[in-house]
Amino acid sequence: MLEKALKGSRGYGIWVAFLLLLAGIGFFFYLKQLDYGLGITGMSRDVSWGLYIAQFTFLVGIAASAVMLVLPYYLHDHKAFGKITILGEFLAVSAVIMCITFIFVDLGQPGRVMNVLLYPSLTSVLFWDMIVLNGYLLLNLVTGWTVLGCDRKGIPPPAWVKPLIYLSIPWAVSIHTVTAFIYAGLPGRGFWLTAIMAPRFLASAFASGPALLILFCLILRRFGRFDAGEKAIQTLAKIVAYALATSIFFVLVELFTSFYSQIPGHMQHLKYLFAGLDGHNTIARWMTVSALTAVAAFVLLILPQTRTREPILALACCFVFLSLWIEKGLGLVVTGFVPSPLERITDYTPTGPEVAITIGIWALGLLMITMFYKIFVSVRTET
Amino acid sequence: MVPTRREFLKIAGFSAIGLVLPPLATLTGAQAGMPAAGGVFPTAPGPLPALRAKRWAMAVDAGKCRPGCRDCIIACHLAHNVPDFGNPKDDVHWIGLERVDHVFPAEAHPRLPESIKGLSVPVFCNHCENPPCVRVCPTKATFQRADGIVMMDYHRCIGCRFCMAACPYGSRSMNYRDPRPFIPKINADFPTRTRGVVEKCNFCEERLARGILPACVTVCKEKALVFGDLEDSGSDVRRLLDGRFSIRRRPDLGTGPQIYYLL
Repeated sequence: MLEKALKGSRGYGIWVAFLLLLAGIGFFFYLKQLDYGLGITGMSRDVSWGLYIAQFTFLVGIAASAVMLVLPYYLHDHKAFGKITILGEFLAVSAVIMCITFIFVDLGQPGRVMNVLLYPSLTSVLFWDMIVLNGYLLLNLVTGWTVLGCDRKGIPPPAWVKPLIYLSIPWAVSIHTVTAFIYAGLPGRGFWLTAIMAPRFLASAFASGPALLILFCLILRRFGRFDAGEKAIQTLAKIVAYALATSIFFVLVELFTSFYSQIPGHMQHLKYLFAGLDGHNTIARWMTVSALTAVAAFVLLILPQTRTREPILALACCFVFLSLWIEKGLGLVVTGFVPSPLERITDYTPTGPEVAITIGIWALGLLMITMFYKIFVSVRTET
Repeated sequence: MVPTRREFLKIAGFSAIGLVLPPLATLTGAQAGMPAAGGVFPTAPGPLPALRAKRWAMAVDAGKCRPGCRDCIIACHLAHNVPDFGNPKDDVHWIGLERVDHVFPAEAHPRLPESIKGLSVPVFCNHCENPPCVRVCPTKATFQRADGIVMMDYHRCIGCRFCMAACPYGSRSMNYRDPRPFIPKINADFPTRTRGVVEKCNFCEERLARGILPACVTVCKEKALVFGDLEDSGSDVRRLLDGRFSIRRRPDLGTGPQIYYLL
């Protein structure tokens, strides 16, 4: 089936070439980073994780969201999703590969990455995250590819696929839970030390992932001669609406606990995130955009009049994606470090090479999604 | 047992050093007696028996610190080839000097006497009894010895910096760049680090193995740093802690820090 990704229209060729160019630029700067060290990024002694780890965290959510298609279709026989579950699985595959790439480029000594397997440390959440992420990658790759292969031949998928698909449902929850535990189990970081971290991650994941899928479905209808169907898109839109509502609710709950208890160690971080501390308010300005787009998207998605109108739905989905990307792909990681344990406020600004590497990995992921979806559309329009 | 290549090179290296060095007795004698003058660099294994303890700990008698004194930092960083990048972003340090209200935010209040409010105190790795950095390390590159010292294996560290996020004291530094060009004076008796690994205070385990107290302790003219075995009721550190009130950084977190401050 892979050969189908290699043939396409002129527009497809240009798009693929564009993504390859971005990935190439990213790779060039990664070589620079290998040469110079991670000092080429904006990370510092005080803010020791930045854009890379934040992208990883956000994309684990995108990966986990495939379950929002698989669960209704396979457990509740929601037929409208039958056509697009594979899209969710391929999105998950691409997202997990991006996650692993982001972790890899964040390592100071990437050549030693196998030490994680050579000297496994069962008390480290990072070790378990590696296990669940790779397992999830394998599950989605195998099930997605097998089901699509059978579609092509016009035969029902083999019986052994079903248990794997069922397994992928709790597994999706596990990847984002374990990823949340990376943060939520650290004693000295008040911002992350919250039991609601994993639920928050899941809620925002189930909003941002399906929002992205809706956008992909709309793009595929326009450019790919594939119609996911009105019903599937509207069901997805409702999932986004309620997941977003839950996500906003969880953030408000965090704000209450911190600001009503008035414990400085917890309040300070949230003040930095939403208002800025001592004039350091770059992240706060981004977070204002995040908050406004979240509320706007929620209103547009909850009202049937706006949700059912496709251009508005598309706008709302862009808002959801942007809002949650700012929250998780920017604010969540950096704010955990500010103020530092010694009460220093250190600004973190990603550098040019760091942004280029980040864009390069996103381009790589989009390239995988493009090729997977091209194969998918080719198979579906043939049969 | 057949030595591995690394072991062979080590043995060969030590033998070569032995050939060119002056007789060991005079050298180590000078070290034990006059720590400040050149004693910062311990050389080849001397005749002194290794210092051992059930639990190493340090007491900081902060009132004795001379204002602006950085002797302990300088000695430590020289002994351990700690680079000086001269900027806070790349900064690597094993000992820091911090304002007391930043070190003890929960204890600080506006009515503290001026003598304490204006104080800067040295901060180290706390060599926690229950170290979060060891718990989170995905490769066991950071580990805890039976005597309580929390150590780093610079050759195993993958540079994921999970330990830096986990440390509630900000005691760890990452080599964001190649540190070697920024080491003011290389001490050949201690390894330099490569870029991309994390490092921190090691309680001078390399000196303890040679029977010498930590560099910061021996260099301090005011005797503000007291080091010893917490389980030994006769040790200097125990006698000090038994007699005076001391506090530790963030004891509420359950990490069990082994640096005790007397203010």
